[in-house]
Amino acid sequence: MLPTPFEFERTSTIVDAVSAVGQEGEGMFYSGGTELLLALKMRVIHTERLVDIKGIPGLDRIVLNDANELEIGSRCTHKRIAGDSVIREHVPALASLCANVANVRVRSVGTIGGNLCFGEPHADPPTMLGALDARLVLQGPDGTRSVHADDFIRSELETVREPDELMVVIVFPRPTGPVTYRRFKHGERPSVNVGMAWSMEAGAHSIKSARVRVGALGSRPQPLKAVEGVLKGLPVDDAHRAIQSVLAEALDELDINEDRHGSADYKRHLAGVLLLRNAEEAVAMRERAK
Amino acid sequence: MTNVQSISFSLNGQPVEMEIPAHTLLIDLIRDRIGLKGTKRSCDMEVCGACTMLLNGEPISSCTTLAVDVDGKEVTTIEGVTPLSGLSRIQKAFVLHGGLQCGFCTPGFIMAVTALLNANPHPTDEEIRHYLHGNLCRCTGYVKIFEAVKSLAAKQVSENAALPAARQRKFRLETS
Repeated sequence: MLPTPFEFERTSTIVDAVSAVGQEGEGMFYSGGTELLLALKMRVIHTERLVDIKGIPGLDRIVLNDANELEIGSRCTHKRIAGDSVIREHVPALASLCANVANVRVRSVGTIGGNLCFGEPHADPPTMLGALDARLVLQGPDGTRSVHADDFIRSELETVREPDELMVVIVFPRPTGPVTYRRFKHGERPSVNVGMAWSMEAGAHSIKSARVRVGALGSRPQPLKAVEGVLKGLPVDDAHRAIQSVLAEALDELDINEDRHGSADYKRHLAGVLLLRNAEEAVAMRERAK
Repeated sequence: MTNVQSISFSLNGQPVEMEIPAHTLLIDLIRDRIGLKGTKRSCDMEVCGACTMLLNGEPISSCTTLAVDVDGKEVTTIEGVTPLSGLSRIQKAFVLHGGLQCGFCTPGFIMAVTALLNANPHPTDEEIRHYLHGNLCRCTGYVKIFEAVKSLAAKQVSENAALPAARQRKFRLETS
């Protein structure tokens, strides 16, 4: 179907883009359009004005900053992140995640910021960014604010972002331990995904802290607190056994939507399998790094 | 500000300038206003790959791309990679290996393979599968398509490869 008519405006600064969206009438930021255009074509959402942010310089930057954090501009395409040397060096699991989002056409235009702002519950990046302890920087008419990745998506297709706030950059600490990610897919979108990041002191063999997120099950990514708790301070070699000891309890706490891709029990089981495989991979990564 | 936008772009090497409503989709511009019907619309939601075109050499879903976004860029469609008579090397490989049956998905596959081989002339089996994962074919079961692309990766099919008599047709590029 054709979208209903809208006006189209190209902008070259963040301030102009924010003010253009904030004008009278409903406006929306627009970049790759891989999610937005689908919704406009189905006419489930309507806009009077698309504000193109592709001409704003700097939003596709990827750097390791002076605070030892990685910064990924919101307008980076999945393809750009997958091929970026900084990401491949410091967070190869994120590069590989982005190399497997949807298909080659979506990856060449779809952006990580757009993916997050759409709040699609079956997306990969929100789960991973939660595990990576990321904060998302939003710029609106009254300045900027940071929202933790865990708090950004409120529910299905709903985020805490105001319509005239532009996501500008995603920031997370450079991982100091293994980062792993696995997903189980039916067709185009994951039906379960699990992201896991362990932070470790340099040279140590025990886990300082662990962050584990499960996505695509409920309306937003969920932490596995019991698993995180049991891993804290544990020697790496004991991780697998420790996770198994709390696995049933941790999985029971998950909020799971049953759908045509499976029952809650089935998906809970899948999440457990992916989690243990992630843990095995993380341990193996430590072995190799020794 | 208005809904009407001026765009100028290169279509298969030819300059195009026109005015379009901002909500025009690229596939409609190319098929209905310009009249190149080789590109097919199928799923209309970026999943099947039938409508694949190249934008500055990168594959995109033309069903879910705004025509205003090609302003200042190069668009390549199936007509742009097809010789005026006969077939290209990639098309020949598909014919030789039986990589098409009904043919509806074929223009999209040819465009995706064109982009793949431009970026990576000798892809591994895994790279071929990963790249073509987003193109759907309901006839062939993919094995024949995969074999066609493998033969291209191994340089087994050249531009002047002859097609066996049983597979020869009067291939003629139709442009309006």
